[in-house]
This record gives sequence, structure tokens and C-alpha cells, in this order.
Amino acid sequence: MASHSIAAHGHSDSHGHHDAHHEEHWFLKYCWSTDHKMIAKQYLITGLFMALIGGFFAYVFRWQLAFPNQPVPFFGVVTPASYNMMITQHGTIMIFFVAMPVLLAAFGNYLIPLMVGADDMVFPRLNRASYQVFLISSIILIWSFFVPGGGFGGAWTAYPPLSAGSQFNLTPSGSTLWVVAVAVEFVAFLMGGINFIVTAMNARAPGMKFEDVPMAVWMIVIASVMFMMSVGPLIAGSVMLIMDQNFGTHFFDPRTGGDPVLWQHLFWFFGHPEVYVVLLPALGFLAEILPVFSRKKLFGYRTLLYSSIGTACLSFFVWAHHQFISGIDPRMANVFAATTVLISIPIAEIMFVFIATLYRSSIQFTVPMLWALSFVAEFLVGGVTGIFLGASGADIHFHDTYFVLAHFHYTFFPIAIIGSFAGLTYWFPKMFGRHLNEGLGKLHFWITIISFNFIWMPLFFTGIMGDHRRIYSFTNFPDLMTPDRILLREISSVATAIMGVAQILFFANFFWSMYKGRKAEDNPYGANTLEWRCPSPPPHGNFAVMPTVYRGPYEYSHPDRESDFWPQDEPPAGQGSVQPEGAH
Amino acid sequence: MSGQIIATGRSAAGMPTGKLAVWMVIASEIPIFGGILASYLMHRIGHPDWAQMTAGLNVWIGTFNTALLVTSSLFAMLAHAAAERGNGPLAAARLRLAAYGGLVFLCIKAYEWYTKISHDHVPQTGTFYGYYFSATGLHAIHILAGVAILLAIAAQAEKGKHLGRVELIGIYWHFVDVVWFFLFHIFYIIR
Repeated sequence: MASHSIAAHGHSDSHGHHDAHHEEHWFLKYCWSTDHKMIAKQYLITGLFMALIGGFFAYVFRWQLAFPNQPVPFFGVVTPASYNMMITQHGTIMIFFVAMPVLLAAFGNYLIPLMVGADDMVFPRLNRASYQVFLISSIILIWSFFVPGGGFGGAWTAYPPLSAGSQFNLTPSGSTLWVVAVAVEFVAFLMGGINFIVTAMNARAPGMKFEDVPMAVWMIVIASVMFMMSVGPLIAGSVMLIMDQNFGTHFFDPRTGGDPVLWQHLFWFFGHPEVYVVLLPALGFLAEILPVFSRKKLFGYRTLLYSSIGTACLSFFVWAHHQFISGIDPRMANVFAATTVLISIPIAEIMFVFIATLYRSSIQFTVPMLWALSFVAEFLVGGVTGIFLGASGADIHFHDTYFVLAHFHYTFFPIAIIGSFAGLTYWFPKMFGRHLNEGLGKLHFWITIISFNFIWMPLFFTGIMGDHRRIYSFTNFPDLMTPDRILLREISSVATAIMGVAQILFFANFFWSMYKGRKAEDNPYGANTLEWRCPSPPPHGNFAVMPTVYRGPYEYSHPDRESDFWPQDEPPAGQGSVQPEGAH
Repeated sequence: MSGQIIATGRSAAGMPTGKLAVWMVIASEIPIFGGILASYLMHRIGHPDWAQMTAGLNVWIGTFNTALLVTSSLFAMLAHAAAERGNGPLAAARLRLAAYGGLVFLCIKAYEWYTKISHDHVPQTGTFYGYYFSATGLHAIHILAGVAILLAIAAQAEKGKHLGRVELIGIYWHFVDVVWFFLFHIFYIIR
């Protein structure tokens, strides 16, 4: 790889206020920092820690389902209450405390200032507050597992009346703490999201026009706007639910004029856009990784951008497809079935953009590229099975079966896990200044992907055969205890355990490489975007000389150039660099 | 500290960063109030009997509170005009008047709630009062926060510091005002 002029600037120029040699107290540096990169790492580590909890819960209840009522290794016998608690918290943790903090908050914080050529977020202290509020919400959630009665077990969607009355859910404090944790977390992400949007809108480097903004930034910003527009009703709904639980109001209680379906509307009005809030950042990572490792320009920047905006808009009009059997008007169900099938059009376009980018390119099978390619393949399975569920008639049959679970794990696993691994392995050299071990990374990739398919492919079939998702022990349903079903369940559960163990490879690789890995150059992949134009890892303040942007982010293998990439801030031939902003 | 950040000083979108952020805050607040009000309206349509309870709300008190907030907003606007001319002390005086308007609003609101509660019209007695208290309560929290920020910015403007913030709190204060219009119409006027 060619090295770049920017390396010559080094750390030691006279860029006054970014004094890299000033040693801060460790507490100020690691826990009280306003630096967007440190806050990103705080989000990342917290998210990975929560993923371990969520993953462990998945292993425990999967084991219970395959081998009912036997002690689970490393856990013990699973009681019905703890089973319910674990499926609930698995969903809550994986979506709100893993996908959101890692995909949106960690990468948003890390990438936006670097990719738009700024020295930090526009509101660094608000950014710090956002993480601290998020940390508080995580602590509240974990605390809720240990209060009398145990953690909330009414599913991550928390439908009333089950969630509203402790006489039903039997978790008087756990259910309130659950709602509080989720609501506090929303406040954290609102603060972070406003920061993301304003930074990307206002703090772009000189010369960076709308269509020069890298896709990862676009996607995170669109996701933040969607989050901001959709979460409000659920914040209101959470307050109403807390009042129903603790202060004797009856918003969701039909006995005194309330309406339990109202919660479903409020929840899914947020809950469905939320799927795309976490999907879009992952698609943004793909739009960065695929062109770099196929050395080809992204096919259809505008198509991708407008399809994503179209997806974002449509996603506000599909929420009731979660409620086809909740007693909503069948005419309304038809409308939502139509919008649900419509939204597959922009998503299909996005997939075609990725495939067209790969077409006749020179693909390098690096670890991030493997994750990106597997995302396209696995997410397609999730998308296609979604068509079955979007049709309101078919949904009546599939509703609440393992088919639904398999469907949304084929979407959420690519998003939350594959997307995170793709982003982490791609930006790891920039974040920590060292390379991950390639061989170990590939081994981890293959075990994870193969075991993932062994977990979920069988469950499509048990779902079609009628396995209901809310059953704690199939021994109570003798007609569901046929040998073929038992075998499929066992395959799935053993694969879950294998996948869990394989993550040791990742964490070993992650922490070993952080200190002992091969040192990374500034731009190890020959990428164009601005984050690769500052040192690895970037110092406080990021850029030695603030960059000026001359072109879009995906100019790979340009026919007029010898080098197969063209950094965004490289001045055109014959034009000297302009007076850099912020130079003293 | 944040003053040294280059990013904060940029305005690639053509609007100062602080102002853009205030608009974003408002954009994120609209769905919160929108969620409560839309839920209430959905319920209200299904419950013609709630008309009795809306009839129990005092329209005159509501009208007076509306006028109070509009006047208060006017002072926030005049404060902005003073700040534009660089007259910090005058801007501070007008901001304080706006804040006092908010405080009187809260006192009247408290009186209203007191009369409701003393008639045993509490959130627990019916979903209507649940909505009434949570919507007006959420709004009151916004007024309270607005009053605190108005007074804080007035203290800065007095010394001629951060005059740009006078406009920002003004935008927020108008928004709280507009939210009240919706609450007033939906709870007090529609029968």
C-alpha cells in the first residue's frame, strides 16, 4: 500500500490546543472524556459486555428448549419465571443495549467527526452526558434482574395487561425498572442523535457537499432522524405504563376505559422504524467496506441514498403488521400488508447496489469483506421470509411461531452481529492502531456463520410445524414432542452453544491485538474516506491539518490515475492546497 | 472548553450550530407530545361520555393562561430584538418578564390541579384524568425548565455575555407556547 503525505504531519506539529503529550489523569481520560473517540470506545465496550449477557441468556433458554427440565451446564435448572425473564431480557439487551450502542452510538461517535473531517462532535460535553445516561440505563437494567420477584418476563414488547399489573407478571419492581431503563436509554440516544445530526449537517469539512458525504455517515444520520421521529410516542407510552404499574392509572386497562392495543401502537410505531434504525448503519458499513475490498466505485451512490431515505419514510407506515392478530380492523391490516410488501422494494434496490458493486470487481477476501459479503447473503434470507409474514393472511398462520423468530433473527443477526463484526474488523486498525490477527479472524468468521445457520435454519421448519414461541417446556405439549422436532431443536441449541464458545476467539483476538497486534499504517486498505488520512489511532483533535474535500468518497480504480484510489482530500493536479482551516 | 472545538464553529448547513440543535430538540419533542395527544384523541373518539369531564375544565382559566403565555412569548421576542442591538441589560429584563409569565402560568396551573384533586378528580379515577394530568404535567415540566433557562440566560445577558443564546431560548419558549395551544384546544375547547 502506498503511504500518504498526511503521515508526514505526524503528531508533533504546532497545533496548539491539541497537545498530544499532555498526560491526563486516567479517570479524566477513560471515564470523563469529551473526546468522541473515547466515548465511542466506551459505548463499544459497554455494548460488547451487554452482548455477553444477552448471548448467555440465549444459550440457557435454548438449552432448556432442546433438553427440557434438565440442568443447563454453567447455569442450573431453568424455572418458568427465569425462562420468561431471560427471553425478555435477551431481546431487550440485544436490540436496545447491543445493536443501538454499538452500531449507532459507538460507530456514529467514532466515524462521523472523522469522516466529515471535523476535530470532534459539535457538542462534546452533551456527548459525554449521552454515554453517562446510557451507562446508568444499563446499570438499571442489570439491577432489575436482582430485585425481589426477579427481572421482567413479559417479553421485550411488554404488552399490557401483562406488563401493567404485578398481579399478572409477578415482577413488581422488575417490570418498572425495565421500563425505566429503556426510557432512560432513549433519552441518552436522543442526546447522541441530535449531536450526530448537527455534526454531520454543520461540521463538514470545507468542500464536502451532500454527495461527497460517505454512506456510513449518511446512514447513521438517517437512522438518527428516524429514531428522533419515532421514539417520542414510546417515551410518552413508557411514562403511561410506569403510571399504570405504580400509580393506579388505567391507560392500558380496558376495565376502566383504557386500551391495551394502544400500547401496541405506541410500541410498534417506534419498534418498526427501530429495525431500520439499526439496519441502516450496518448497510452504511457495507457501503464503505465493499468498494474498498473490491477496488471499485460504489455502484449507484444516489440510488443507495434515495432508497435508504425511501425505506426510512416507508418504515413509519408498516408498524401494524405486528398486530395482524391483535384485533385490528382487517381493512387496516390490508393497508399495512401493502406497505410492508412495498418496503421490500427499496431494500431490494439496496441489495442490488451492493451486488452490482461486486460485479466484475477484484474482490479481496479479507475478514471485514467476508463479514460484509455474509451480511448480503444472510440478510436476503431474512428479507425474503419477511414477505410471507407481511401478507396478513399468511401471518395468521405463522404468528408467534418459531418461523417468525427465525425470520427476524435472519435480519437482526446480520444487522447487530455481522454488521458489528464487519465494522469492528474494518475500523479496528484505525481505532487501536494495530491489526487484528487475520487467521484467527477468519476462523471466528466461519464458525460463527456456519453455527448461525445451524441455529436458525431448523427453526423455520419447527415453526412451520407449529412450535409456538412462548412455550417454556415442550414436555407439556406431547404432540409437539415428536422425534423430528426434538432433533431440529437439539441441532439449533447445540449450534447456539458452539457459536457462544467461538466468541472466545473474537475476544482473544480483540484484546490481544489491541496491545500486541501488528502496527497499522495510517491507511492500510488504500481507502479514500477522511478517517484514513489521519494517524492510527487518531490523536485528540484528529487531524494535524484540517482537511479540505475535493471529491466523493468512492473513487476507486479511476481510469485516469495510476493509483487505484483517490483520497477525498487530495488536491486536484495543478492546484495547490488551500490555506487549511484552523492552522495557526 | 468546547469553544476550542473547530467543529462547533462551523456552519456548513448555513445555520449556527446552536440554533440548528434547538430545532432538532424541538423536532424530537414534537413526537413526544404528539404521542400523548394522538393517544388521547383515539380514546376520546371512542368515549363520547368524556364530554362531561372536559366540560368540567374551566375555559376562562385556560384562556387566561393562553394569553399569559402569548404575552410571555412576546417578551422573549422583544428580548431577542434587544439582544440583536447588543443591549444586554434590556434583553435580560425582558427575558425575566417572560420567565415571570411562565411562573404565573404555573401557579394558575397548580390552582387548577388543586381544585381537580380536591374534587377527587385524580388520574386514578379515570383514563380522561390520566391523560389530562400527564399531558398538562409534561407541559408544566417544560415550562419549569424554560423558566430556569430563561433566568440563567438573563443572568448572562445582563453582563453582555452569550447574547446569541437569547434567540435560542426564545425559539424553545415559543415552542412550549405552541404546545399549549394544542393542549388548550384539545382539552378545554373540544367538547
